[in-house]
Amino acid sequence: MSRRVHLKNEYLETRLIRRRIVLSALFILVLLSVLLGRLYVLQIVDYDHFSTLSDNNRIRIKALPPARGLIYDRNGVVMANNLPAYRLEIIKEQVEDLDQTLIDLKQYVDYSDLDLRRYRQAVNRRRSFESIPLRLNLNDDEVARLAVNLYKFDGVEINARLTRNYPQGDHAVHALGYVGRIDVKDLGRVDENNYAGTSHIGKLGLEKFYESELHGTVGVQQVEVNARGRTLRVLSETPPVPGNNLYLTIDSKLQKVAEQAFGDMTGGVVAINPRNGEVLTLVSMPKFDPNLFVNGISYKNYDGLRNSTKRPLFNRALSGQYPPGSTTKPFFGLAALEAGTINSQTKVFCPGFYRLPNEERKYRDWKKQGHGHMDLNSAITQSCDVYFYDLSYRLGIDRMSAFLDKFGFGKRTEIDSTGEASGLLPSREWKRRTQNQPWFPGETLNTGIGQGTFLVTPLQLANSTGALALNGLRYRPHMVSALEDGDTGNIRDIAIKQVAEGGVSKKSNWLQVNKAMVNVVHGLRGTANRINRGLTYRIAGKTGTAQVYSIAQDEEYDAETVIKRLRDHALFMSYAPAKNPQIAVAVIVENGEHGSSVAAPIARKVLDAYLLDKDAPEASASNSADDSQP
Amino acid sequence: MNQMSDTENYSFTRRLLDGLSIDPVLLTLLGILAAFGMVILYSASGSNIDLIMRQLARLSLGLFFFIAVANVPLRLLKSFSVWLYLLGVLLLLAVMFFGEVGKGAQRWLDLGIIRFQPSEILKLAVPLMVASYLADRVLPIGFKDLFVSVILVLIPVILIARQPDLGTAILVGSAGAFVLFLAGIRWRIMLSLMFLFSLMAPLLWKFALHDYQRSRILTMFDPESDPLGSGYHIIQSKIAIGSGGVYGKGWLNGTQAQLDFIPERSTDFIFSVFGEEFGFFGSVILILLYLSIIFRGLYIAARSKDNFGRLVAGAISLTFFVYLFVNIGMVSGMLPVVGVPLPLVSYGGTSMVTLLTGFGLIMSIRSAKRFMA
Repeated sequence: MSRRVHLKNEYLETRLIRRRIVLSALFILVLLSVLLGRLYVLQIVDYDHFSTLSDNNRIRIKALPPARGLIYDRNGVVMANNLPAYRLEIIKEQVEDLDQTLIDLKQYVDYSDLDLRRYRQAVNRRRSFESIPLRLNLNDDEVARLAVNLYKFDGVEINARLTRNYPQGDHAVHALGYVGRIDVKDLGRVDENNYAGTSHIGKLGLEKFYESELHGTVGVQQVEVNARGRTLRVLSETPPVPGNNLYLTIDSKLQKVAEQAFGDMTGGVVAINPRNGEVLTLVSMPKFDPNLFVNGISYKNYDGLRNSTKRPLFNRALSGQYPPGSTTKPFFGLAALEAGTINSQTKVFCPGFYRLPNEERKYRDWKKQGHGHMDLNSAITQSCDVYFYDLSYRLGIDRMSAFLDKFGFGKRTEIDSTGEASGLLPSREWKRRTQNQPWFPGETLNTGIGQGTFLVTPLQLANSTGALALNGLRYRPHMVSALEDGDTGNIRDIAIKQVAEGGVSKKSNWLQVNKAMVNVVHGLRGTANRINRGLTYRIAGKTGTAQVYSIAQDEEYDAETVIKRLRDHALFMSYAPAKNPQIAVAVIVENGEHGSSVAAPIARKVLDAYLLDKDAPEASASNSADDSQP
Repeated sequence: MNQMSDTENYSFTRRLLDGLSIDPVLLTLLGILAAFGMVILYSASGSNIDLIMRQLARLSLGLFFFIAVANVPLRLLKSFSVWLYLLGVLLLLAVMFFGEVGKGAQRWLDLGIIRFQPSEILKLAVPLMVASYLADRVLPIGFKDLFVSVILVLIPVILIARQPDLGTAILVGSAGAFVLFLAGIRWRIMLSLMFLFSLMAPLLWKFALHDYQRSRILTMFDPESDPLGSGYHIIQSKIAIGSGGVYGKGWLNGTQAQLDFIPERSTDFIFSVFGEEFGFFGSVILILLYLSIIFRGLYIAARSKDNFGRLVAGAISLTFFVYLFVNIGMVSGMLPVVGVPLPLVSYGGTSMVTLLTGFGLIMSIRSAKRFMA
């Protein structure tokens, strides 16, 4: 065979090539079978899988964000609405070079690092064909400048979207709260699908508490798109269902009165209708403009608000915890009457200080020279500390805290808002639990005048005052009375929730305390008698002064100087009319020093506005007047 | 040829085709395929009639080359082979230095009037060159001839691969390799070469391939790893084909295709459109049609009078198969995306003309056989 190399054999060569051609043909058949096998797998075996994928590919779900529910005050005044505002939005997948686009855009529209960070956060989370806002609330200049240059930017859009607006600016901000741009944390607590097209979410206050009501239901548009995400046509559309509108119990007018009465002082006012728990006014001062947060607050503004010594962002009405001071005296007085440790005749001599038996330490009265002989009425009217030291000593901490517990001290009122603090009602059990220490008798005395570890929030104090006005009858305070269905317009009332029965004390006991509190305002020696001028109705009230820092046991002799410090808070709690309580008001003025001169006048203005203003609706009028005097 | 018992009409057609040196069977098959191609392209282009007209123009140009080459005597083609090959290689070198860059690769040569890819010439020049070199030598191919042939194949293949145009390099390389295979390369040597190549593969991977080529190969194995990048094409193409099912979604009704989810849907990925709209049933028919064309080509090769004809016709038919296999393989996610069109169906001028010229060669070979007979 090797010889063949030198010879050309036509026949053998033809046979060789033909054999190879036949071999190739067989090889082709094998490979084509492989190919057909592959197609068989794709088109027949895995048909369902790819068919599903194909359908998903063709149809994209576009989210249509619902219009957020509006917020009205009790008289229909608009507190929060939605306005169309221009936004700069980018569809990532249509942008060739995102980084370059972001740089180029800066020539026309300024955006902050925060905007950029939020944008990038959203980009990572959302699908690339979604339109994601970079800058909100463009002004007319910016819109104009961008609009003429928009042709340079693929995938960049200016869209008018409904944006939350608080038409009254900083008015009632601590009641309303505000919405802000959704961040990753927010998305964790909501149904992400329902928020697919939503850019804002309630961050605080009512806006946050009623988020699920206000938000509405996202609409869905099924659109057929091409691979670049451009909508070719709409296949079906489920329109979004707008969020429910809130009708507040808050009276904007009354709220304004309270805000103005504060001037530039800091503190909080809460006014409650004790007969149903409606919060009429919830003020924390200073205020701030929530619109800043809607549009993405700048670092500068935010730092300004945060670092302000007056802490405007702090919601004092709900989160501020203050020693109640002497405002607790009517409660303890009633407790002692009920327990029988005192009666209306019980008298205590006040030399300006009090000593526990077998103790050297002096517990000082705020009035250095003392009040002289005091009974319950005069002790409340003049706010004698020594009387209440003695009362507390007789009553003991256990009965004290048990009685005040019935009025809601030391626990959250469960108001329909966020950030509420619980306050603190000291008790033996509490001290053992939290500090693992026994209760000291001296602490009982401090508690008796509302100092020491005792803490209340303005809301709590107003709520408890309301309960005191109705002898223990207490409702869950609430700021929303009704929800209006954003779709049908149906009104749904929010159920009033009673949390404690009235009749805590004998009526005669309650009347005694009530009388003493009326004396605080109307009596000759009442600590708040300066507000009684021209009063046409009767106010039952009690002043208070709260130490900001509790004083250690070994500092007892410094107590006097500490009390005089400007840091003391001024408190006033009241309800009116005294015989037929319609409203309970608690006022705390930080560093106001004296409840009588600073806090009480604010309460008077609120009470006047509510009770004397003919326009003011009488929500409680429907309630039976028989209950008015427990 | 002399069957006078046929009807007048039949014999006229027959005589006309014979006069033009056309094989009626192959022409019919190619005609069906081209018609098929237009129908698919109409759908794949989004009912773009302008595009169809341009494709028809190319088809006409291809047909012209087809008939022209069919009528060139085989001996002339054989003597032209060397010059065509040298011209091709020179043009490739020219592209390397003066070529236009298009889509990241340097493939085009602008000759003022027309812009074309010289690599297309080599698809025919290489098998012609190698076949004419081997035709007069003793077969099975000896070691020295093998060495020369391999060099002849490798020079253009390397130049094309460097452009980079992996798809054409594969087609040119396989065209040359098929000539060697038909020329009786010994199994032992063939397996050794394959073994050598597989040893070199890691080196080629590292030094010869561009990043995008590497990523295409990698994403072929795991397209989901980069669904928005290079895996996108494969994923969408597989979805299109798979969702076609048994009978397909119907002409013009392929959602993947009509909604622009398939990339390059009128060119390299046109089979995805076909698979989606005509299903497995359509795919089988299309593949059978291709198979008939290939087998007819191989039949002509086998019946050819001399070695040159056998080698060229066989190699061209087999290369046609490579087109088909690589294209459908890559759009169905079996092979990496290397840019090989679906022959005579994909939109695009040069491959259409090259392919029809190739079939013209086969016709010429068939006529030569009949002429000599």
